[in-house]
Amino acid sequence: MSEKQKHATAYWRENIRYLVVLLSIWFAVSYGAGILFKDALDSIRLGGFKLGFWFAQQGSIYVFVILIFVYIRLMNTLDKKYGFDE
Amino acid sequence: MSNMDVQTWTYLLVGLSFALYIGIAIWSRAGSTRDFYVAGGGVSPLANGMATAADWMSAASFISMAGIIAFAGYDGSVYLMGWTGGYVLLALLLAPYLRKFGKYTVPDFIGDRYYSKTARIVAVICALIVSFTYVAGQMRGVGVVFSRFLEVDINTGVIIGMFIVLFYAVLGGMKGITYTQVAQYCVLIFAFMVPAIFISIQMTGNPIPQIGMGSTLDDGSGTYLLDKLDGLSTELGFAAYTEGQKSLVDVFAITLALMVGTAGLPHVIVRFFTVKRVKDARKSAGWALLLIAILYTTAPAVAVFAKTNLLKTVSDQAYAEMPGWFKNWENTGLLTFDDKNADGRIQYLADDETNELIIDNDIMVLANPEIAQLPAWVIALVAAGGLAAALSTAAGLLLVISSSVSHDLIKKTFRPDISEKGELWAARISATVAVIIAGYFGINPPGFVAAVVALAFGLAAASFFPAIVLGIFYKKMNKEGAIAGMVVGIASMLLYMMKFKFDMFGGGTPEDWWFDISPEGFGTVAMLLNFIVSVTVMQFTPEPPADVQDIVEDIRIPNGAGEASGH
Repeated sequence: MSEKQKHATAYWRENIRYLVVLLSIWFAVSYGAGILFKDALDSIRLGGFKLGFWFAQQGSIYVFVILIFVYIRLMNTLDKKYGFDE
Repeated sequence: MSNMDVQTWTYLLVGLSFALYIGIAIWSRAGSTRDFYVAGGGVSPLANGMATAADWMSAASFISMAGIIAFAGYDGSVYLMGWTGGYVLLALLLAPYLRKFGKYTVPDFIGDRYYSKTARIVAVICALIVSFTYVAGQMRGVGVVFSRFLEVDINTGVIIGMFIVLFYAVLGGMKGITYTQVAQYCVLIFAFMVPAIFISIQMTGNPIPQIGMGSTLDDGSGTYLLDKLDGLSTELGFAAYTEGQKSLVDVFAITLALMVGTAGLPHVIVRFFTVKRVKDARKSAGWALLLIAILYTTAPAVAVFAKTNLLKTVSDQAYAEMPGWFKNWENTGLLTFDDKNADGRIQYLADDETNELIIDNDIMVLANPEIAQLPAWVIALVAAGGLAAALSTAAGLLLVISSSVSHDLIKKTFRPDISEKGELWAARISATVAVIIAGYFGINPPGFVAAVVALAFGLAAASFFPAIVLGIFYKKMNKEGAIAGMVVGIASMLLYMMKFKFDMFGGGTPEDWWFDISPEGFGTVAMLLNFIVSVTVMQFTPEPPADVQDIVEDIRIPNGAGEASGH
């Protein structure tokens, strides 16, 4: 296996690890907090919002935006680490 | 100026915005097929993010969504999470790799990755089904805005809209569309935010609608707005606003179908072919979602403001004392009052037997500024914004239709020897034909258009998403698996849709739904079927050729993306 291929394999493995972590958060805020555990979270209040309702109509969307920007950062660093930056 | 009426303001603002779009179209004419399909491939991430946001946010997002949420309460969350969460999938699972792959269209990817003309044609058919159903709804939206605000006939409105789109889509292709969409994003977001901020201040004293929604009412009562709305709703026999009525399984399935469908929509995916590098594709997905989130987090606030205002204005009030907007919307047929108990007052109740008022979802955003008594220019601005939203999405869809025909069918399948110039002409002619067909459906909407628009996501989820994801993440996925998966996925979605939406094959009521899942949510099941069938068929068929597996290795590495090309 050439040096480049080794880099490519390691790069891909780290990439997949990021995806698993980020997508778990993606799942937790929308399907978890906004749907499955909505009723339980609703007993907690955030100002005028019930927390589960807030996650479903506001919070999950904020987290989605943050997730993509975190991903951009992580991947830019990863590109540099393995010399795939351009 | 201050006493100019709504009509004059509307002509002024709509006229100015149209002049802007046409000016941009002339400035950014397409000179080559590369310009026409991918805007030359040098769009900046921010510009592409704005264009993607405008492309994505259609008449449905701008006009209908807040209204749907106002009437559905918590259940409306499926649209909010579904239509934004899909961008996470798009950014993490699709956009960078498809950009690296560097072709012009989604069927291009499917055809090359699965080394098969059949796969390409199946993908073209899926792209056409999804795009046509979607575009007809946009032209209808243009017609509705024209008829209400400019007092022209709906059909004339559709035809005016057709000419505008025709002009810049046919002349400029992707290049013209991209830069007009940038302008349209600015128009539509400004038009959505201004009334929302005004109303938020009016009702809660807080200028930020996202915070106003969770604040106390500005009437000295100290009651939280959402608690007030829950109370008003239950008093009239409706469910509490912050509680859902749909089953948990269905909410889950619909949200997932919309997310995956969003990530699989061809007109959104192609936007990521227009940037220079893989990292630009990631970055523009981030910009796109940020810019979309501005509207998507404001919409639920608008829904709460509008619903509360509406209930306070109409419930148990005398019909004779209704304000002007009430009569205006009655004239359009989108609002109807039937004084069943002849007491001259409006009873707006959950019970169909005694309810006297029927309100169309689409009114809420359009009438909201009037209900809140905002200045005339704000009302006119909403009309310009609605048109920007509908036109930008229509143009993006038309481009997908025309490139599917001119590039995937003519150039790649039937006439590979066609010249660059010939292909550009073919693209322009197919865009023209597509506009005419879309306009026809806008004027003569088949009864099921509205229903099908929501289902377009299910179709995209059931067909494209698994094929693309497997193509990137599963090197051994072969053409037999992918084709079988797409066919089974889209066919099962179509069958379920026809059975439970259009009453074919014996029809059925919600009690007969499989696993309690509505047709809107069935895309999730069809997508899973696609995955299962693909992987199963793959086990029994030959693995893909070595050069295809090398392509897969290559698209996983970001550098050296080069320019998107058709060859």
